[in-house]
Amino acid sequence: MSTQTLVIEAGRAERHYWRDLWRYRELFAVLAWRDVAVRYKQTVIGLAWVVVQPLASVLVFTIIFGKLAKLPAPAGVPYALMVFAALLPWQLMSSSLTSAAGSLVGNSGLISKVYFPRLIIPVSAVMVCFVDFAVALVVFALLMTWYGLLPPPQVLLLPLFLLLGFAAAIGPGLLIASLNVRYRDFRMLVPFLVQFGMYLSPVAYSSTVVPEQWRTVYYLNPAASVIDGFRWCLLGGEAQVWWPGFAMGCAVTALLLWLGVRQFRRTERSFADMI
Amino acid sequence: MSQPVAISVEGLSKRYLLGHNTTSADRNATLRDGIVNGAKDLARKTRDMFSGRQIVQGDSVEEFWALRDVSFEIPQGARVGILGSNGAGKSTLLKLLSRITEPTYGRITVNGRVASLLEVGTGFHPELSGRENIFLNGAILGMSRREIQAKFDEIVDFAEVSRFLDTPVKRYSSGMYVRLAFAVAAHLESEILIVDEVLAVGDSAFQKKCLGKMDAVSESGRTVIFVSHNMLAMQKLCRSALLIKSGRLELSDTVDACIGRYLVAAGGSDYNSAPDETRPKITEVRLLTVEPRIDRHVEIAIRWHLPAPIPGLKIGIGVNTIEGQRIFDTAPEDYGLHTPSSGGQHEAVVQIPPEALAARTYSVSAGIWLEHDSLDHVAAAINLTMVAAPVRRYRHQPTYDGLVSVPTEWTLKATQ
Repeated sequence: MSTQTLVIEAGRAERHYWRDLWRYRELFAVLAWRDVAVRYKQTVIGLAWVVVQPLASVLVFTIIFGKLAKLPAPAGVPYALMVFAALLPWQLMSSSLTSAAGSLVGNSGLISKVYFPRLIIPVSAVMVCFVDFAVALVVFALLMTWYGLLPPPQVLLLPLFLLLGFAAAIGPGLLIASLNVRYRDFRMLVPFLVQFGMYLSPVAYSSTVVPEQWRTVYYLNPAASVIDGFRWCLLGGEAQVWWPGFAMGCAVTALLLWLGVRQFRRTERSFADMI
Repeated sequence: MSQPVAISVEGLSKRYLLGHNTTSADRNATLRDGIVNGAKDLARKTRDMFSGRQIVQGDSVEEFWALRDVSFEIPQGARVGILGSNGAGKSTLLKLLSRITEPTYGRITVNGRVASLLEVGTGFHPELSGRENIFLNGAILGMSRREIQAKFDEIVDFAEVSRFLDTPVKRYSSGMYVRLAFAVAAHLESEILIVDEVLAVGDSAFQKKCLGKMDAVSESGRTVIFVSHNMLAMQKLCRSALLIKSGRLELSDTVDACIGRYLVAAGGSDYNSAPDETRPKITEVRLLTVEPRIDRHVEIAIRWHLPAPIPGLKIGIGVNTIEGQRIFDTAPEDYGLHTPSSGGQHEAVVQIPPEALAARTYSVSAGIWLEHDSLDHVAAAINLTMVAAPVRRYRHQPTYDGLVSVPTEWTLKATQ
């Protein structure tokens, strides 16, 4: 049996933290699987819910914002598709943020009884959202074919925007999760952020309606660039990405990610005491 | 003699912050007081939040040291028990050893992988089936999927739940649940195994099985650290022990020595209680014999006080194991005497004959009864430690495991 020596001390930097993360990769997979498996136990239509949810949202948005509010859609693109193309990343980002933010307190039993690098918890909690995303993407593809449209060549860049979306959600997710362990007020913040964020992001409308002078402030929201990117990759045509805005979104995401990971790692050792 | 060390602990300390609310009624008597105190609270909490300190509910903050300057070494392959009353700091120590929480001061050096079983069924999800939970729990405890797969049948056999493998765990009986949880943990491959009070759950068959498994684990050279309130189990499994008292290491010695010290704290050789004018009370229980030996009489004095005469009253003592199991009891009425029952202070002496008790520690209880009602009862008044002596029995066998020594007669028949 291999013996490694470990020294546990107050304030000692975990030099092996990232190596530990790799060692515990199986646990990460198991926790992610657990969240997915548990979701649809004892349901009748089971996985079908994953399809029903995005379709229902698209339907509601199309009726309310498209038909009643008559928000404009770019030419040649049905409003339903424009909304769906935005809902794909938005759902992923908002559900990732919500799952990650509550994941630590939700797994308090594990945290207080077993050792493993705690970073696994919020990241594995987000995996369920990716499953939902994948299914919704398939539904989107089917909808596109029904409308008789083909995606433009830049669809190959979709993973880039997906990655940005994930990073943009996980940064604040980690930050809020770690703060929430100590100060439970932060739990209240998330639904508010999500609701508010949905109106600030071009989900129901296209970014083109944002007036010139507000553009810089508007693109500080990384979701704006992500959604624009998704629309550009999936629908092409008039949907454009404003690259300076994209750069700003990346910068904000990087900053939040760095803050999130830093705060998480700093407070990780005291999670078990506070949770 | 330098044995390889599995765990080495130096100056380990763990501090928690406790908040206290001043509960005086006139703290928030006026609305103005209420507002001012609320604002002060908020100011303090905000200040704490921005300086990264822990937020503590309440007005005043007290430091609580769960562990204070604890140092010890555990050699490889040892079986060590950890004893202490509730709140002594045992679970905190285990959490520190398992890396779940961080020390405030001090350092721990661990050689080898640690598998901790601090709770039975950690991570079990009620909606998942037994099979799924085996993989989930195994992964949480640190086993790789291949390991779990390889040991799957063994685990299911140990838990005796093969019929219910595909039923959601929420439908399991508590016994099945606990067996399954322990089965997974019992098959962990690690150099050091830490087990915390998990035997408290489960029936005696299960406990026997668990102990057997931990025995086997330790036989294969692994280090086992065992926390339990079950003294018998600890005596069977462990050879040495650590006694923790109020966050400090009180004693690091053999299991028997630690158990002895732990229980002595619960009852000395003298019990005293002030008389009460409202009810009958046992005021003193005292061991009269200075050095109780199994080949001599043991005398115990008992005093009681009655505020008023109570006809039909009975006094009595019970001799119990240190865990509280009654071995025998005795009263004057058993021998045709009558307990004095007039008002005032009374005294009696009870004598236990030689060669009746064994060379072990007993706990003596005392009580006052009227018919079947207990008027006063002292559960563990004094401890009685009997010392061995060269009586006939001990000349031919070195140790005697019985609780008492009962005189019997043997007749050896001639061979046909």
